[in-house]
Amino acid sequence: MHPFEISWLRLMAAAALVLIALALSLWQKLGLEKGLVVGAIRATVQLVAVGYVLVWLFDVDRWYLVLAVLAVMVIVATLTAARRQSKSSGDRRAIVPIAGVAILVGAGLTLAYVTTVVVHVSPWYNPRYLIPLFGMIVANSMNAAALALERLQSEMEARRGEVEAYLALGATPGQACAEATRRATVAAMIPAVNALAVVGVVSLPGMMTGQILAGADPALAVRYQLVVMFMLTAATAITAAITVQAYRRTFFTPAAQLKPRAPS
Amino acid sequence: MSAAEARAPGPAEPVTAFRLRDVRQVRGVRTLLDGISLDLPRGGFTALIGPSGAGKTSLLRLLNRLDDPASGTVELFGRAVAEYRIRELRRRVGYVFQTPVMFAGTARDNLEAAHRLAKTEVPAVGDARIAALLELAGLDASYADRPAADLSGGEKHRVSIARALTTNPDVLLLDEPTAALDPEVADRLMHTLAQLRETTGITMVMVTHRLREARVAATYVVMLEAGRVVEAGEAATVMHDATHARTRAFLQAGEGDAA
Repeated sequence: MHPFEISWLRLMAAAALVLIALALSLWQKLGLEKGLVVGAIRATVQLVAVGYVLVWLFDVDRWYLVLAVLAVMVIVATLTAARRQSKSSGDRRAIVPIAGVAILVGAGLTLAYVTTVVVHVSPWYNPRYLIPLFGMIVANSMNAAALALERLQSEMEARRGEVEAYLALGATPGQACAEATRRATVAAMIPAVNALAVVGVVSLPGMMTGQILAGADPALAVRYQLVVMFMLTAATAITAAITVQAYRRTFFTPAAQLKPRAPS
Repeated sequence: MSAAEARAPGPAEPVTAFRLRDVRQVRGVRTLLDGISLDLPRGGFTALIGPSGAGKTSLLRLLNRLDDPASGTVELFGRAVAEYRIRELRRRVGYVFQTPVMFAGTARDNLEAAHRLAKTEVPAVGDARIAALLELAGLDASYADRPAADLSGGEKHRVSIARALTTNPDVLLLDEPTAALDPEVADRLMHTLAQLRETTGITMVMVTHRLREARVAATYVVMLEAGRVVEAGEAATVMHDATHARTRAFLQAGEGDAA
């Protein structure tokens, strides 16, 4: 079974669909023309470039190049998760290292397990498996880290009184902020839990759809998708736990004192 | 031996609870405390008075190390507070916040919190002790099973005082315990606190802006202004015969204050 080829000409025909949105924008004066045109060109350039990089990677077949690509993915995900974290009494300089370690460990452990125990990738660095799998895992870890950081920050701010009341009663910092860390961890994990509940009913995942379109057996595509769902759940949990447990420590001094608010 | 005798200083024990020397505190570029030296009497009821922004709360927070000073020393019973194990220090020095924070659950859950936090160091509080603590704080035993979130402001204050007493502290720090209360409830609470000190011999340090409270309950008064001690001494002396003009002016301005 061979998938239907999409020639460059047919791709152009698909691009014409963007013209519908463009026409609507012009007619209703939405002012989205520039965003649409630039966005469509950008998406094309980025994806085509990634395609060539993948072709090249598959071709040269070097383990260190694959690891380098994975490292770039972790770094970009880390900086994205750490960006836009507003002022807080936590240590802001700690955010990048914490997010980096949490994403690296959460996504790395999950990838290692899946490629050795579940999929049996051979050779171990086979980029055809490692790169798409890691891309999905890292994206989820990134979201988990960003949600955990943001929620913990707002919970710690809102619960200063409660945290100090616990400290004054002889609590450890961990005990004093238990409710804040619990809520931040839940917030980071909710998307993964919800995704498990609605998959196949509300959402048909892009990876499975893509595999079926590309000619794969739907039964196999479903099993792959399940592997993906389970691994995303694990990566989310590990990343959320590391982020919350490491970040909460930055709100306290070694003498179990809640640090003062950052000056505004 | 009664609790009061147990806590009263013996002949070899220091008569000073807190000893502060040259204490400075800063927050950003602001100086909150500017060279405080004080001796607060053991078993006494100290009132920290002074205009808002004088540094009263900043000072109180140093006494159980919710904050550390920028420089200077704070001692409790002759030993630097920094030398105590921090959780031990905080169990021995209870703190009642200006805005009471109730933990989730009932009043009973709040009074059992200290035990949950340190199972081996803090004994469980039985029904009898819960009733006794609530009574000490001026509430009857029926409050034990009320959801803490549903209590009135004054009741929350009383529960938070009872909660601070569950670790059996030697010192109770109170930050404006009556600020949110109407004068009648405030009077009752002050009466309760004075009685509590007399029956248990506990050392009390209270921040207040209500002079009447200082007059009714305090045995020792410290007048602070702009992060400095203006005057400190026996309550009767300071309140009736202040030597310092600033204290007299502050006290006179407060006379018109109905509270």
